[in-house]
Amino acid sequence: MSKRKLVVIGNGMAGVRAVEELLNLAPDLYEITIFGAEPHVNYNRILLSPVLCGEKSPADIILNDADWYAGHGITLHTGKRVTEVDRHQRIVRADDGTEAPYDRLLLATGSDPFIIPVPGRDLPGVATFRDFKDVDTMLAAAKSGKRHAVVIGGGLLGLEAANGLLKQGMDVTVVHLVQALMERQLDAPASLLLQRSLEQRGLHFRMGAQTEAILGETHVTGVRFKDGTEVPADLVVMAVGIRPNVSLAKQMGLHCERGVVVSDTMQTYDPAIYAVGECAQHRGIAYGLVAPLYEQAKVCANHLAGLGYARYTGSVTATKLKVTGIDLFSAGDFSGGEGTHDIVFQDPGRGVYKRLVLDEHNCIKGSVLYGDTGDGAWYFQLLRERTDVSEMRDMLLFGQAHLGDSGRGGGSNAASLPDTAEICGCNGVCKGTIVNAIVDKKLFTLEEVRAHTKASSSCGSCTGLVEQILASTLGGDYSAVPSKKALCRCTDHSHDEVRNAIREHHLTTAEQVRAFMNWRNADGCSSCRPAINYYLIATWPAEVSDDPQSRFINERAHANIQKDGTYSVIPRIWGGVTTAGELRAIAEVAEKYAVPTVKITGGQRIDLLGVKKEDLPGMWADLNQAGFVSGHAYGKALRTVKTCVGKEWCRFGTQDSTGLGIDLEKMTWGTWTPHKVKLAVSGCPRNCAEATIKDFGVVCVDSGYELHVGGNGGVKVRATDLLCNVKTEAEVAEYCAAFLQLYREEAHYLERTAPWIERVGLAHVKQHVVEDAEGRRKLAERFYESQRYAQIDPWAQLVEQERDSHQFAPLQRLA
Amino acid sequence: MSTTQNPAADALQWIEVGALEAIPPLGARIVQHPQGDIAVFRNRADEVFALRDRCPHRGGPLSQGIVCERKVYCPLHNMGIALDTGQAIAPDEGETTCFPTRVENGRVYIALHEATA
Repeated sequence: MSKRKLVVIGNGMAGVRAVEELLNLAPDLYEITIFGAEPHVNYNRILLSPVLCGEKSPADIILNDADWYAGHGITLHTGKRVTEVDRHQRIVRADDGTEAPYDRLLLATGSDPFIIPVPGRDLPGVATFRDFKDVDTMLAAAKSGKRHAVVIGGGLLGLEAANGLLKQGMDVTVVHLVQALMERQLDAPASLLLQRSLEQRGLHFRMGAQTEAILGETHVTGVRFKDGTEVPADLVVMAVGIRPNVSLAKQMGLHCERGVVVSDTMQTYDPAIYAVGECAQHRGIAYGLVAPLYEQAKVCANHLAGLGYARYTGSVTATKLKVTGIDLFSAGDFSGGEGTHDIVFQDPGRGVYKRLVLDEHNCIKGSVLYGDTGDGAWYFQLLRERTDVSEMRDMLLFGQAHLGDSGRGGGSNAASLPDTAEICGCNGVCKGTIVNAIVDKKLFTLEEVRAHTKASSSCGSCTGLVEQILASTLGGDYSAVPSKKALCRCTDHSHDEVRNAIREHHLTTAEQVRAFMNWRNADGCSSCRPAINYYLIATWPAEVSDDPQSRFINERAHANIQKDGTYSVIPRIWGGVTTAGELRAIAEVAEKYAVPTVKITGGQRIDLLGVKKEDLPGMWADLNQAGFVSGHAYGKALRTVKTCVGKEWCRFGTQDSTGLGIDLEKMTWGTWTPHKVKLAVSGCPRNCAEATIKDFGVVCVDSGYELHVGGNGGVKVRATDLLCNVKTEAEVAEYCAAFLQLYREEAHYLERTAPWIERVGLAHVKQHVVEDAEGRRKLAERFYESQRYAQIDPWAQLVEQERDSHQFAPLQRLA
Repeated sequence: MSTTQNPAADALQWIEVGALEAIPPLGARIVQHPQGDIAVFRNRADEVFALRDRCPHRGGPLSQGIVCERKVYCPLHNMGIALDTGQAIAPDEGETTCFPTRVENGRVYIALHEATA
């Protein structure tokens, strides 16, 4: 059977990205032909401004070299402009007569710079800023000793062009029609700060100036404005905007508005024809930034590959100006208006301006940062995820670091760090390594940086910094992660979509989930397997059987793997209270199995470290014999309930904190959760059990109990939020069960309570656990129900099974 | 029966290590050897693979990892290793020794160089 034919019109970033995504999904489905009007292979248009500045060479910004096209059997026609498409015969014709038949056509014609219709616009010396040719024109002008450059347009593109020409030694005047630079991305105060800073670098500005004519006989000599004034010019760059290039689409009879109109599947009105990138108009918007285009490319490829389930639903975008030394970030809608609130920080002396616009739901709607953009990625995340920020509103403008943070070496502004600065403390990756990988290996996304450098792939605390480095290295318009995060590389579906499908379609095995949701790998991967297993057992506790092979080794072996492949064993010590007899039993086990290290843990328990895997079942049997059960110190599960001695002994104690802690541990042990869960009960506000950095903490007071949620120590310290006050121990138990169940049902796998609460907002948790009494009771009931299946000591269970399977012992010992 | 071809098969000695059923599907067992443990994997299709039980990254025991198709992910830092070659999966780099295997009548055999067997 002969292959189907795919023709791509446009050899730029969006079109080629769609082809790359398609090759990942279905490498052999199509015979692919690409037409490009420019005489080049695919290059990174975003990086034209560093080329103009002389910071990069043209070769540095090639994305796909000729070998790539050849290696994938792609026919590439460069320097050929497609002039005609016969939709009945399904044939594409280029200006040189080249023809190519298609079964599927992809339009990725990009956009054209807008040329203002003034006399003299065709004179030699007038350029736009769109492609290699334009950069060559500008560089040639600068190198031939021409002095005066005029850039028309004070937007992102114009300012980058002006900055580049300034660096090439020209005397540059920026002409802008209105009074504020980058008025679509910035508000007036930020605009003014930007203009001052650029003036200090030597740029000249003509604000509120309308161009009337470009002067010159055989070459540009100057520009005249409506008010009659003139400025001399040897080079004029028009950078007043771009327009989707739809001339071919219109001629083909496809429905166009501003761009080629496409559906959520990136199809035009002709179902055999797709469009992606700057030429496409989706739900009324034609995007010009790289991240939305790449999302579109991914969706388009999904349909071209015949999978047919991906949807593009639009993007929220953010902008960063790529002018070295100027920090500027803008995202969302900051026009204000009814029902919105502004939070503003202004320090003109330091050149810092920050503004956040909140909507009526206390979510960030827009953000403008100037001078200090370190928290841009964080604000953008809060904006995309529509997080209710009312609880952190008082500290919001001071940044994420102010909410409590550690483990980042104090640096929060990646752009100002030296190349030797360590970014990822887990894997020892410094900034220079990340920057080089982004440039050399053409990386665009956080996921790619993680795969190639390992930065941000372990604890994730440096994710914000890595995103900043991506943004400042790619410059222009890196716009962070897609609005929807896929669960893993096996799928495009998000955590929430997978959970909903399991619930709504009553899926009870991982195989069903992967088949139902069109997983790319039959067995999944090490990221999605544990996640799906958790979602299944959390949703259908009575029906689903746990899959040990989908669990991380610690939860499979019910012990914690150490760096040398041995394990650590921690028996449960209820509420941290033990007896002489129990200690003696632990001591005997430690001696019997020659345990090299015995350590008291932070959670008031005893850790036996350095145990060989084959010794685990025997040790468990001995510990079971002495009355111990597994402490789940290895699992995404209830870990410890830390307590102080409370009023039984302490002269300050107000309640029986120890007894309450033990009761809570008896109620919650064994539960599987999205991430580890720690509890604590302190007997008085002195809080010796550190209840305010636990997932669920109780602080006893004379009148009852304060319940605190969402705290943790660890990578990023977060103190709890106060949930409410209750009067009785019975209430503490019910609120605790309801809170844990809400977390179990809503959080993403590997999301601790702290980031979950920051994502959904404390108000949401209060509504379900505090305000809605009936809802709370039902949540608690579902928790108790799931505990019926979870409270089985895994040690005893495995000791029993091990008699048959011997899976902890070697298969064979060879001499 | 599944066999992994090796051009130097002549110099190899095949050793029976146990029953296929003793290895959990999508799991592994280890074979102790004086020169280091060997991890014997079984996937969903009942293919059997044998690798030196040492991740090229930081020496993690691959036998304890999560198995997907023809890959295993090291339990220490999640590096992916191809079961049929011992090579790290790009963009990671590194390699661990891969031993030929075969299954006959439900018994698993691995091939070691005579010098090491």
